[in-house]
Amino acid sequence: MDLSLGPLLYYWSRDDVLAFYDEVRHWPVARVYLGESVCSRRHLLRLPDWLELAEKLAAAGKEVVLSTQTLIESESDLKTLRRIVSDGRFRVEANEWGAVRLLSEAGVPFVAGPALNVYNHETLAVLAGLGAERWLPPVEMSRATLASLLERLPAGMETEVFAYGRLPLAYSARCFTARHYNLPKDDCQFRCLDHPDGLALATREGEPFLTLNGIQTQSAGVYTLIGELPALRELKIDSLRLSPQSHHMGRVVETFQAVLAGASCDTDKLARIMPGPPVDGYWHGRAGLEKTSQGNATC
Amino acid sequence: MSLDLICPAGSLVSLKAAIDHGADAVYMGFRDNTNARAFPGLNFDEAQAAEGLRYAHDRGRKVLLALNTYPQPDTWSRWTGAVDRAAKLGMDAVILADAGLMRYAVKNHPQLRLHLSVQGSATSYEAVNFYREHFGIQRAVLPRVLSLPQVENVVQHTDVEIELFGFGGLCVMVEGRCLLSSYCTGESPNTAGVCSPPKAVQWKDTPAGLESRLNGVLLDRYGKDEKAGYPTLCKGRFDVGGETYYAIEEPTSLNTLDLLPEMLKIGIAAIKIEGRQRSPAYVTQVTKVWRAAIDAVKKNADAFKPTPAWQAELNKLSEGQSHTLGAYHRPWK
Repeated sequence: MDLSLGPLLYYWSRDDVLAFYDEVRHWPVARVYLGESVCSRRHLLRLPDWLELAEKLAAAGKEVVLSTQTLIESESDLKTLRRIVSDGRFRVEANEWGAVRLLSEAGVPFVAGPALNVYNHETLAVLAGLGAERWLPPVEMSRATLASLLERLPAGMETEVFAYGRLPLAYSARCFTARHYNLPKDDCQFRCLDHPDGLALATREGEPFLTLNGIQTQSAGVYTLIGELPALRELKIDSLRLSPQSHHMGRVVETFQAVLAGASCDTDKLARIMPGPPVDGYWHGRAGLEKTSQGNATC
Repeated sequence: MSLDLICPAGSLVSLKAAIDHGADAVYMGFRDNTNARAFPGLNFDEAQAAEGLRYAHDRGRKVLLALNTYPQPDTWSRWTGAVDRAAKLGMDAVILADAGLMRYAVKNHPQLRLHLSVQGSATSYEAVNFYREHFGIQRAVLPRVLSLPQVENVVQHTDVEIELFGFGGLCVMVEGRCLLSSYCTGESPNTAGVCSPPKAVQWKDTPAGLESRLNGVLLDRYGKDEKAGYPTLCKGRFDVGGETYYAIEEPTSLNTLDLLPEMLKIGIAAIKIEGRQRSPAYVTQVTKVWRAAIDAVKKNADAFKPTPAWQAELNKLSEGQSHTLGAYHRPWK
């Protein structure tokens, strides 16, 4: 089992992005997903910049995967998608079925991303037939359902599980960050830049609930499966996806790597460097915001 | 054929109301979580479905079956069984979201007409054409996220008929790509066919006001003069940056009557009315207004203007008694 660094879901300054991936070169991750998968208005890095980063990370021994935009609305979104597909140097993560069409037509092997809604073996078999070599279950899928699906895993298909980070829960045409500032989406003044880990949404009694990240809505809780490594191993999961956050990401990666290498895991220590409270309800077939495992788990 | 009126049928009474008042087709679901309105007391068993089909077909109308949740591995046969029953009953089409289930339908019932559900989240012609090429879908229902010019671009680049939502509850999120309900309650439209399920709702009168909770999470608190609506998760009031407001969307409904001439012009095949969970009275009123409006726009699109009586009637039926053009009108975004 190895580690993947998921695509950066937030909008950071160009300098911050470059500095972040400069560090990533030295982290114990096997694979790095790159590119803008949330909002087409985010342009501080354009595709050529991401490709340049991709080359650098590949030179540092990382497998690079280019992530496509999850919500495609315009012809210009499609144009970017076609450029990613036709580049050909790197594997691509398809995050909607238009990308699947283009990738299968081009004969490019791909990763079936978590927003493709693969809930059963038949759909996974369709994707395998079209060139998918790796897939991620929807983030809401429980261990039990995943176990059942994996009983009929297509030959050669690799499985990656979202194992750390705020959960991407929903996508909209509307930008909730712009809405917060009473700005129209088309003139959002790029306020996402002010919120490197998203904008916190709490209930009227102050309970953290969700995180607004432009057109994407995330959980407030940080999904953490670090206490579930024995179960993940038993399921023969190939990789764990860790989703970037603005601070302490290197330490998060190190902690996972240490536990993979056999160290006992201190979930409390990990909790101190998370941007929100830990949650793992989905894995146990419960409401996503629940925290089921107690205290220090034996890993 | 264009601007067919597709109305919701949560029960046989609603189905007949829709047909009697001018629906070109109705859509229904079976009594389980194979459809996205899996509410207690709603939907059709096989005998009722057969009766509904007879009623519609005798009057030259159509019945579409929504099988638009995502089949789960352990209960896969529930969904394939539903496809088999739909074919046996003679449904005019099944509305599917899942690619695996489409493959099953094509293989086992090649004559069965397939529509891509809004829950399939196809927002581009590349995605729509994917389902066309691989499964031969005849129609796609687009998520409520595109502006009308973007919809027109899809129509121009596909042979697939395009159906749009015209009226009813408004999903702010891309349908099929929203897990807010399962994050809060454990059940989402994708897996359980419900959003903000009634069994997770709690109401409580408190000194601070009437509170609505979903699985314990406070969604809103109403003052004395405020009207409380159904606690749909995305339509609650929350705190962001010290400000309490409808952070995601107000309790409002979609109403696109104003856009009918444009929808006709760009070649929209059908308009869907949301609300299988609503009463037969709702179905009757909405069907009447939309039948009149569609007839009027087809007769003379240039002179078309929704009458104040239509709008007043629809507003009475809307969530929060207000309506919006949603994403079709770009400034909403």
